[in-house]
Amino acid sequence: MPVANATSVLRAEFTAGTLTLFVEGRLDTISTGAAWRAAETALAGHRPDTVVFDATGMTSMDGAGVALYVRLRDRLLAENLPFGSRGIAESLKPLFDEFPPGALDTPSRPSTQVSFVETVGRSVSSVVKDAAAQLVFTGELIATLVRALAHPRSVRWKDTFRVVEQAGVMAFPIIALIGFLIGLILAFQAVTPMRMFGAEIMVADLVSLSVVKELGPLMTAIILAGRSGSAFAAEIGTMRVNEEINALTTMGIPPVRFLVVTRVLAAVAVTPLLTIFMDLFALLGGMVVMWSIGFPPTIYWNEVSHALQFSDLPSGLFKSLVFGLLVAGIGCLRGLQTGTGASAVGESTTRAVVAGIVLIILSDGLFSVVYYSLGF
Amino acid sequence: MPEPIIRVENFTAAYDGTVVIDDISFEVNPGEVFVILGGSGCGKSTLLKHMIGLYKPAAGKILIEGDDIAGAEGGLRMKILRKIGVMYQSGALFGSMTLMQNIRLAMEEFTDLPDEAMTLLTKMKLKLVSLAGFENHFPSEVSGGMQKRAAIARAMALDPRILFLDEPSAGLDPVTSADLDALIKRLARTLGVTFVVVTHELPSIYSIADRVIMLDKRVKKIVATGKPADLRDHSDNAFVRQFFNREASAQTSGEPA
Repeated sequence: MPVANATSVLRAEFTAGTLTLFVEGRLDTISTGAAWRAAETALAGHRPDTVVFDATGMTSMDGAGVALYVRLRDRLLAENLPFGSRGIAESLKPLFDEFPPGALDTPSRPSTQVSFVETVGRSVSSVVKDAAAQLVFTGELIATLVRALAHPRSVRWKDTFRVVEQAGVMAFPIIALIGFLIGLILAFQAVTPMRMFGAEIMVADLVSLSVVKELGPLMTAIILAGRSGSAFAAEIGTMRVNEEINALTTMGIPPVRFLVVTRVLAAVAVTPLLTIFMDLFALLGGMVVMWSIGFPPTIYWNEVSHALQFSDLPSGLFKSLVFGLLVAGIGCLRGLQTGTGASAVGESTTRAVVAGIVLIILSDGLFSVVYYSLGF
Repeated sequence: MPEPIIRVENFTAAYDGTVVIDDISFEVNPGEVFVILGGSGCGKSTLLKHMIGLYKPAAGKILIEGDDIAGAEGGLRMKILRKIGVMYQSGALFGSMTLMQNIRLAMEEFTDLPDEAMTLLTKMKLKLVSLAGFENHFPSEVSGGMQKRAAIARAMALDPRILFLDEPSAGLDPVTSADLDALIKRLARTLGVTFVVVTHELPSIYSIADRVIMLDKRVKKIVATGKPADLRDHSDNAFVRQFFNREASAQTSGEPA
């Protein structure tokens, strides 16, 4: 946003081989841009033997004015042209003394930023290190969880219940809304093709099976990853940036026991519960659509109870329990891995959500294969 | 006596109704290094944040060359902000930008200087704070003292009349801290910039301050004004003597004299 209302004017006069640059007014940050260009134009347009910087009409100058003077002086020095000045006030001399000719020739020190090849190499090695870190973290987490189960008093239950409230109770409205809408959308999409075969009632089978076996646990876990996995990473990441994690470590309190176990236990406890609510609200959504096309709720629920087998619910809930473990674990790990600087917390939050969702989908695929071979 | 460059009149600061600073007035003269002193929690940084227009006072005025920074909006506010530069306690350099980009930012936003001029001017600022050659480094690649010096260079990008420094020597070793003090004195002398510095580092205060004011959180007012050596030797206020002589608070109890 360049600022107008110039406070100085640079005027060039060329007589008998001498180019005189007259400066009038205050040569400051605002007006030096125009003066700079005027000086460049004057120098390019003539071939002077001598250049004089005439500051007789100049009232004052700041750093930008000094920069213009230094630039003219050094450039003409490089071209072996005489450069003189007149009318520069004594009080301004200390400003110029800071920048004698050649003072700004210090070569730029190479930044420690690295080349492309090195960046690729570092990325590959960081992927390997990351995998190793995940393995170490998983081991430590499992060991700490086993110890916690053997000694329940070592778990910080107060913190655990706080996380249960944040990740579970407070997630209820969004779970209910998304569940209801998913049931509604599924049923709407299925009604038209089913009608072609006169099998509208089968919409109840479709909604109940897909929601209870697959979509319920999956959507709940994805919401948990976006809502709580990111929150865990941000919270622990901020503690890392503030050196609170270091403080815990030096106090002899393992961060995994203090911060991770509480969150993992809470997530494992709430995910199956939230999945039940997600299933229930999705079935309600399906019911609304079926009702609107003329199937009373009794018929709908009757069809749902025929479609579902007893083993469908526990298999879905077990999946969601594993998803909860993965989401909370990866969220806490990314938080603990947070680097330094303003962007570090943002990065670990992003990585927590991305890794969480990838892990959910991968393990869901694995579950499908295992359940298929087990005949569920 | 020249006209004061900053005039604080009957200023009161409050957070959520709790008064932190109660009805104080003082003036800063052009070209001086003015130090705001006080113990932890006395409102030094609060006062500074009001003086740079981040907060609005509960009562009173803060005039920068005659314009009230608290009440200013739009163009007038921009005009006042152009006159000041601020170095925050942590440096607050933008971590995603090199030192050169940090310093150039304000020039790119507010001037029409040619690219070459901005580069030269940035190099000059870095030279002034003895960081020549570090223009392509990111803040994370230089030490804490260098970051603070770069932050001063950034604050000077548009040649403000007044530089506000919040705890410049906090977290620095004595040598780096002394270097920074020398830099402040040199800049005040050569550029004629007015410095308003918040600190409680005694060696820094003796080294740089032309004049100090001292806040006391118990009375929420200025308890002393003057040259640091005079306050140390001649103050009749117990808290001020205690502060300058680094006495433990257990030795004196009750209200300041």
